[in-house]
Amino acid sequence: MANNVKLLQGNEACALGAIHAGVRFYAGYPITPSTEIAEIMAEELPKYGGKFIQMEDELASMAAVIGASLTGEKALTATSGPGFSLKQENIGYAAMAEVPCVIVNVQRGGPSTGLPTSPAQGEIYQSKYGSHGDRGAIVLTPSSVPECFRLAARAVNLAEKYMTPVILLTDEIVGHMREAIDLDEARKAEVWDRKKPDCKPEDYVPYQPDENGVPILAPFGTGYRYHVTGLTHNKTGFSTMVPSEVEEVNWRLVNKVEQNADDIVEWEEVYTDDAETLILAYGGAARAAREAVEELRAQGEKVGMFRPISIWPFPERALKSLLPKVNTILVTEMNAGQLAQEVERIAGGETKVQGLFVIDGEIMTPEEIIEAWQGVAK
Amino acid sequence: MKKNIRLTGTGGQGLILAGIILAEAALLEGKNAIQSQSYGPEARGGASKAEVIIADESIHYPKVLESDYLLSMSEKAYEKYNGGMKQNSVLILDTTFVKEVPNEKAAKTIAVPITRLAKEATGREMTANIAALGILSALGIVAEEPLKQAILHRIPKGTEELNMKAFEVGKNAVK
Repeated sequence: MANNVKLLQGNEACALGAIHAGVRFYAGYPITPSTEIAEIMAEELPKYGGKFIQMEDELASMAAVIGASLTGEKALTATSGPGFSLKQENIGYAAMAEVPCVIVNVQRGGPSTGLPTSPAQGEIYQSKYGSHGDRGAIVLTPSSVPECFRLAARAVNLAEKYMTPVILLTDEIVGHMREAIDLDEARKAEVWDRKKPDCKPEDYVPYQPDENGVPILAPFGTGYRYHVTGLTHNKTGFSTMVPSEVEEVNWRLVNKVEQNADDIVEWEEVYTDDAETLILAYGGAARAAREAVEELRAQGEKVGMFRPISIWPFPERALKSLLPKVNTILVTEMNAGQLAQEVERIAGGETKVQGLFVIDGEIMTPEEIIEAWQGVAK
Repeated sequence: MKKNIRLTGTGGQGLILAGIILAEAALLEGKNAIQSQSYGPEARGGASKAEVIIADESIHYPKVLESDYLLSMSEKAYEKYNGGMKQNSVLILDTTFVKEVPNEKAAKTIAVPITRLAKEATGREMTANIAALGILSALGIVAEEPLKQAILHRIPKGTEELNMKAFEVGKNAVK
């Protein structure tokens, strides 16, 4: 095998990618199909001087991650379905208090306990709107083992840059399959650290935004005193009900992501140059879509593929630029039609949007996609 | 060239490990490989399935649709998975547990008491998965050397000799 090529599971690659990006704290409560991430963090983190804690439940795990991050550590937790639901309140807290952290949700069948060992993609909206209130959400969806590594590292980087929780939304397919990854190549990924204050502690204003609308939070214990709260707060970190201050922080929480979307969004296009129809898929389901697109191309059909890698923010401008030349978009996902709603919104009636929605606990086959495509594009 | 392999049996027989070793051996040969598995919530006793796809080209769809090679090490697994065989494919049965019956999709059936032979050779029933890999090697799915290397990489230290014995007994059972 060339260089340092290893056969790794997606979950293993997630853990190694996070460690590469500087994660040194993990708190979690193991749950299938995410457990391997906890196992690897438990084994690996002590080697880097990091800490692994198995907490009593998901609520406490999320709280511990926020606490660790406030001391300046890069912190990670991983979970699945029911555990992701339990973490929502504290994800909202991290968003409001602007504490960077990464939550991996390896999606399984739901609702509730659902299908613990089977794949699904049911948390497209929960990953954005799962906690109450408005905020800009960053959600990344890998489709391969090397991408699990790369996007885990990128999730950590984006959390640090935008001071916000970032969701790495994988699924049982990508999490559990093993394929080749060149770790030497993967470890060339850059690493970003959050900004530190350069003023004197007495001049420090914790929630004073920089030019991107992002505050600089000093690690606790470095001499900078400030107040952290889930209440709506002004620049000092203390709560406020003054409408102008409330409005400012609320819009800032949304806009620091939305107005920097060009820096965050990522997508892949395959055969879009001459495509007359598009298949849009992401995560594990994109593997079936890619196979279907290859087979249709081999039959001479002008089909392209669009794969959002960041689903929130959605690569809206990129998809919009393809609309004038495609007459149909077929969205294939393992839910009852979630991201298809966003695609319909972007298509705005200009392009027909159809769906293949599979919720039987298994990844759709390329044949099912081809059949659905023939039904809508012919 | 694309080879779709299904390794099926009972949870605890080590078939997922065998799948991982097989995929790793294919990477050592410079090929592409994907391994996946499906399992129920139970750790032992349930039907277990590991899938490996080996190809020269990129592999997009990670699951086996129809198997070119089906290994069944339990009666239940054979009943569950023989329907997913490709026409004119290869069937490998561990006759310690599976009764050999005619299969119209199999161009070739290897009926070997894998678990019994492994136990006789090594004294340990749990080496049956490595004996099965010996059979897959003899069928030319991956070459012997990379497969042995991959086995040695994944087995516990101190069991090398035992596992190599199991590998040989499997390999020699195919004639």
